[in-house]
Amino acid sequence: MNKYLARLAALALALMLVLSACGGTPAPTEVAPATEEAPAATEEAPAATEEAPMEEQFVFGMLMVGPYNDNGWSQAHYEAGLYVEEKLGAKMIYLDKVNPADRPGTTPDQLAEELVAQGAKLVIFNSDDMKDASTTFAKANPDVFVIMASGDQVWADGQAYEEISNLMNIMGRMEYGKMIAGCAAALSTETGKIGYLGPLINDETRRLAASAYLGAKHCWEQAGNDAANLEFKVTWIGFWFHIPGVTTDPVQVSNEFYTTGYDVVISGIDNPVNLGEAQKQTSEGKPSFGVAYDYVAACDAAPDVCLGVPYFNWGPDYMNAIKSAQDGSWKSEFLWQGPDWADINNHDTSAIGFVKGNALGADAATALDAFIADLAGGLNLWTGPINLQDGTAYLADGEVGTDQQVWYLPQLLEGMEGLSASE
Amino acid sequence: MFKKQLISLLYQIGALLLAFGVVSLILLSVGASPWDAYRNMFTGSFGSMRKFAEVLVAFVPLLLVTAGLLATFSSGLWNIGVEGQVVLGAIATTWVYRFFLDSGLPPALIITLAILGGMVGGAIWAALAGVLKVFGGVNEIFGGLGLNFVATALTIYLIFGPWKRPGVASMSGTVPFPDEFSLPQLAALRISPWALGISLVGIVVIYFLLQGTYFGLRLKAVGKNFRAAYLLGIPTWQYSMYSFLVCGALAGAAGAMQVAAVYHRLIPSISSGYGYLGLMVAMLINYRAVWAVPVALFFAGLNIGSIQLPILMKLDSSLSGVLQGVLVLFVLLAAGVRQKFSKKA
Repeated sequence: MNKYLARLAALALALMLVLSACGGTPAPTEVAPATEEAPAATEEAPAATEEAPMEEQFVFGMLMVGPYNDNGWSQAHYEAGLYVEEKLGAKMIYLDKVNPADRPGTTPDQLAEELVAQGAKLVIFNSDDMKDASTTFAKANPDVFVIMASGDQVWADGQAYEEISNLMNIMGRMEYGKMIAGCAAALSTETGKIGYLGPLINDETRRLAASAYLGAKHCWEQAGNDAANLEFKVTWIGFWFHIPGVTTDPVQVSNEFYTTGYDVVISGIDNPVNLGEAQKQTSEGKPSFGVAYDYVAACDAAPDVCLGVPYFNWGPDYMNAIKSAQDGSWKSEFLWQGPDWADINNHDTSAIGFVKGNALGADAATALDAFIADLAGGLNLWTGPINLQDGTAYLADGEVGTDQQVWYLPQLLEGMEGLSASE
Repeated sequence: MFKKQLISLLYQIGALLLAFGVVSLILLSVGASPWDAYRNMFTGSFGSMRKFAEVLVAFVPLLLVTAGLLATFSSGLWNIGVEGQVVLGAIATTWVYRFFLDSGLPPALIITLAILGGMVGGAIWAALAGVLKVFGGVNEIFGGLGLNFVATALTIYLIFGPWKRPGVASMSGTVPFPDEFSLPQLAALRISPWALGISLVGIVVIYFLLQGTYFGLRLKAVGKNFRAAYLLGIPTWQYSMYSFLVCGALAGAAGAMQVAAVYHRLIPSISSGYGYLGLMVAMLINYRAVWAVPVALFFAGLNIGSIQLPILMKLDSSLSGVLQGVLVLFVLLAAGVRQKFSKKA
């Protein structure tokens, strides 16, 4: 019997090891009350958006790849949902942590059907990771409207075009946001070494990392430095956020950057964990900075080391799409929405924006404003000559990248360190 | 005899009530109504045909894993490596698919080969744990655990390496196979009757193997008393290996189902934790095959029903895992308590 007990104990120990090793992202996010909301977003006066109240409240569903309060990608979507609720009087139902590590045994199309069962007439799939599932779902449920954020299935000029009349693609032109982020980094680095914390590798992440590089190079040269002295390195972790045992740990990657001379790390993943590491380094006497990503208030995680955050403002586009689903004017289309250059931080009009962080110096802030003004005035950094990482020509001298060329950037750019594709 | 069974039943009901009691306390402590939670979980799993079909999707691999584990438990082995055996089954299935995808062979044949490949893959991985145990003296719990980690690492290597999507490096998984390579599903439901059939065949085969054959009897003899079985002339280590192979093949079939009927590609968490969950089911049913179907269905129902918790009540759906774990603990505890009392009596 003792042997039996010993085995049971061994098994229990083993199970504990396993459960602690593959527990996915920390669990308690759903139970925890959303304390750090701080919706700086919805303060502005609603400009004549109130229409006659609907006879029946429109219910829309949202599937988020990460926790709804991740201080990044998913939270930006969640708050856009709250924005739509407020402006349209619609109701959001949602499910977060929709990824195979956190919800084993499920598929996003199955979970979308759960939202439909609860009354959703429209479902937002918020991640590239759900692209195939959104196609499956949209085809199987032709009477439900589908928004697939960041995808390109219904881009008639895209490489993956499919006619799916109940599906719409929405994405912000974050290329501008990343250029501004890269510029802020270049204006702040002392060592001339900028790290980029990359998620997984695909078209989207390549073009965004490359945009950050273009912005950094531009501002670095504008400040009178030689581009040859600028190092820009991308390290990919393998997914949009850390999944223990599956992806590389972004905290470790940030630490690696900061301890090898990279004093600015730009986050390209779904949350700003690089900021925590920057703060740690700074408190140990080694000034380090980070640029956050995705969510307007992401700098709040560590304001004193944050140079700023390029963020998505999904609210206005989601509102228009949901409105069109309600009033019958829905059109399956691919929307790649730029900033409102009159005010990139206008939450009712601009699809992307940039908030400066406390750590950005006064001179750098002035230079950054000038850069933003240049972009607003028509400066396009996707203008040749630009070579791909392996040296092949991408854009000839004076050639301006088309939407297709930029969206489907096949490699990182010449001058960037890091993998262009998987090994 | 009847009285003994009644007492056993009372102990198990007591354990069940205790488990629900503990989970209810947890729910109350976060301000949620236990009644609402249980009701939502029930309607979320058995409330409609579509939901029941989702439960069956989870039930298929869980039942296959449980069936396999009955073989290893019968021979006295704690095959915790079953999780990795599911993974290897999925990897082998994917490999066969990739190998034959452009071969022009009829899809039905390729699907069959892929499933058989998955069973072979799972069996090979189980054989590794068996060899470590029989010839290396490595306890199968730790050998299996190590192999589980290797299996996960192998999956991730394949997805980010040789089997990656063109131009992409993401844990999203490999390129999905064309529709005709999936096990056929019922219209508008995600469940494949073929997958369900295979899992039921699996448990029936195991039931008869253990109850009605000389092989099963010897397996149990090895499990009850290894030394005595040896002295009675049973080739003991061979029987240990057989049980590993049987379990691995069934676990591999579970992995094959995950690829051929659910995900249609390889993803990093392809096993969905069904190996570990199957261990819990096997412990809960105390290795009696007849109980495998209802208990696996119950656990699958908890998994699917718990999706309602975050949607409707903003609760974490891992609550179902807590309930499952607590349930197993109390049932084991009840068995221990009962043993203690019956010894005294």
